[in-house]
Amino acid sequence: MMEQGKHIRLGHGSGGKLTHDLVTGLFLKFFDNEILAKQGDSGLFLLDGVRRMAMSTDSYVVDPIFFPGGNIGSLAVSGTVNDLAVTGADPRYLTAAFILEEGFSIEKLEEIVREMAHIAEEAGVRIIAGDTKVVNKGKCDKVFITTAGVGFLEERLAHIAGGERVRPGDRILINGYSGDHGIAILGERESLTFTSPVLSDAACLNGLIRDITRNHDVHFMRDATRGGVATVLAELAALSKRPAAHKMGLSVDETAIPIREEVRGICEVFGYDPLYMANEGKVVAVVPGHQADDVLERMRSHPLGRDAAIIGTVVEEHPGKVVLQTEIGGKRLLDMLAGEQLPRIC
Amino acid sequence: MKYITEYRDKELVRILVDKIHAYRGPQVRFMEVCGGHTMAIQKFGIPSLLPDNVALVSGPGCPVCVTSLQFVDHAIALGRRDDFIITTYGDLIRVPGSSSSLEQEKSRGSDIRMVYSTLESLSIARDNPGKKVLFLGIGFETTAPASAAALVQARKENLDNFFVLSAHKIMPPAMAAIVNEDVKLNGYLAPGHVSTITGAGIYRDISGKFGLPVVVAGFEPSDILQSIHMLLEQLRTGNISVEIQYKRVVTPEGNLKAQKMMQDVFRLRDDWWRGLGILPLSGLGISDAYAQWDAERVFDIEVEPTQEPEGCICGEVLKGVSHPTECILFDSVCNPSNPVGTCMVSEEGACQAFYKYGTE
Repeated sequence: MMEQGKHIRLGHGSGGKLTHDLVTGLFLKFFDNEILAKQGDSGLFLLDGVRRMAMSTDSYVVDPIFFPGGNIGSLAVSGTVNDLAVTGADPRYLTAAFILEEGFSIEKLEEIVREMAHIAEEAGVRIIAGDTKVVNKGKCDKVFITTAGVGFLEERLAHIAGGERVRPGDRILINGYSGDHGIAILGERESLTFTSPVLSDAACLNGLIRDITRNHDVHFMRDATRGGVATVLAELAALSKRPAAHKMGLSVDETAIPIREEVRGICEVFGYDPLYMANEGKVVAVVPGHQADDVLERMRSHPLGRDAAIIGTVVEEHPGKVVLQTEIGGKRLLDMLAGEQLPRIC
Repeated sequence: MKYITEYRDKELVRILVDKIHAYRGPQVRFMEVCGGHTMAIQKFGIPSLLPDNVALVSGPGCPVCVTSLQFVDHAIALGRRDDFIITTYGDLIRVPGSSSSLEQEKSRGSDIRMVYSTLESLSIARDNPGKKVLFLGIGFETTAPASAAALVQARKENLDNFFVLSAHKIMPPAMAAIVNEDVKLNGYLAPGHVSTITGAGIYRDISGKFGLPVVVAGFEPSDILQSIHMLLEQLRTGNISVEIQYKRVVTPEGNLKAQKMMQDVFRLRDDWWRGLGILPLSGLGISDAYAQWDAERVFDIEVEPTQEPEGCICGEVLKGVSHPTECILFDSVCNPSNPVGTCMVSEEGACQAFYKYGTE
């Protein structure tokens, strides 16, 4: 790993290949244990040998801290809640640690904290511990937040995080428009003026996930954050590279992935690929083929899943790879994000 | 998306693909010169739609790909001086020089800023009168006018802390050199954006002297497919010429105002191209009239002679002789996160386009 240079580059925080190298080559090497080694969205463990638990943590450094559709506080709560929820766990308790820059407005901090409380209450989680640190002006950028969370995981859902049950014939769903968060941040940063601004999709997904896991077999879930839908799909396809896994690839229909007109247009202008644009309220779920329509309907009846869609199928062909049917009917591969599309997106 | 979806219409694409499949002649290879085309071709999966006897190969039209390591080394050397701010288009940031890249220099503390336009560089210069602000000018006739405009503006304002380090190049000499090197080609998809500035007339020699069909192509899938069909038609009828498919933007004479500005600000000089070596009168140095803003003349920059990375075949890829996957470094040690060669760095590079989007 890290053949080039001995310094951290922005790409190391992108959630793409460089991050992966850093995690496996450094953190995993020293924090070596079987729970971390699974590298899921949350660490899963047994409490006293009986109760299944999920634990997760995430830091938020988004720039700007206020953006259309939310602020750094909304991300700090929903991000960690979602990391727990996509493993199938029921998120219960969060902690929140703040690093504040000297001179930062208390009024703005209050706005952020109020938003966190509001979102947490809606999601049914409680923030039960915290920490506050202040650094000299210029030593951090306004406010950085770290949250951690725990949740309980039912036995019957414990397989979701590992995706062991994913097999050819399964269908792939997403709960709505892809790329909104990335464009909301970009729009704010570049002072783009829209007739109607694209709002960040930041939201807690535990309610929607509870709806679809209650009566259906969900084989795999992951929230598509940094690196976008493309990166999650690439990770899903990579499951087949594990020993004893089903040999399988993904076939995805580009035109089936919901993307807003505005998002498509802005990506066109900036040369970004909307499939790699960040989301903060999108889950990619894999379900058995015969249940796909029911799950889709269930998603669509939830406010956060109104624009849900079936976007692809798990197939036996091209194992380990995602083949995308392009909008013009051509075929190409879809891989993880390499390098950095937009730094400090969350 | 108005004015875009029309060019991505599945039915239109199908009709064009059918026309191309009607070609029954021997195997042909067309070169898409421009990196923007390479990217679009891979992104839309166009190769999967072509018959076996029609192939596309990528050419030298990726600015970062053909630029010498020495240019990057120069920029790095200046960036290490405390009184310099280096401004550049994003592409160049990750290009490995002989021992470092601008990205790594940035993480070590050099003041290196990414800009979307030369106007941003000018305002950085105005805002930092105590610093020397350098713009790294790379690219062909598409980006050269923007550098020229910045220099004209700098002179107008008497901005004495703004400088351009030019590696600008022009396209036709490279297109001729590729044919002269006996690379097997049956026609050129000529770059649409370059031609917007220069006009399509600059390719007359290519079709006239070498008898090669040339079609100036747009960047949407139906543009590219229609251009391929036009090339096949030229071969079929034997009427070899320069045609413009990208008529909504490109004219035979081009943007005269931009051409005039380039003539004032630049002078033609011999230049080095990766894969092609030194090509006579293929580069754009800064003219005497603008000498005081020419970083090359103003600053003494000494860098070690450079060596291309071992095993890297970017040069061969740029000529259309080798395919990215034929490189032993491809995907083993060279990938977009840790690029070894320039073709893997740039969004427009054939190696990155193929790495990101390629099918088997």
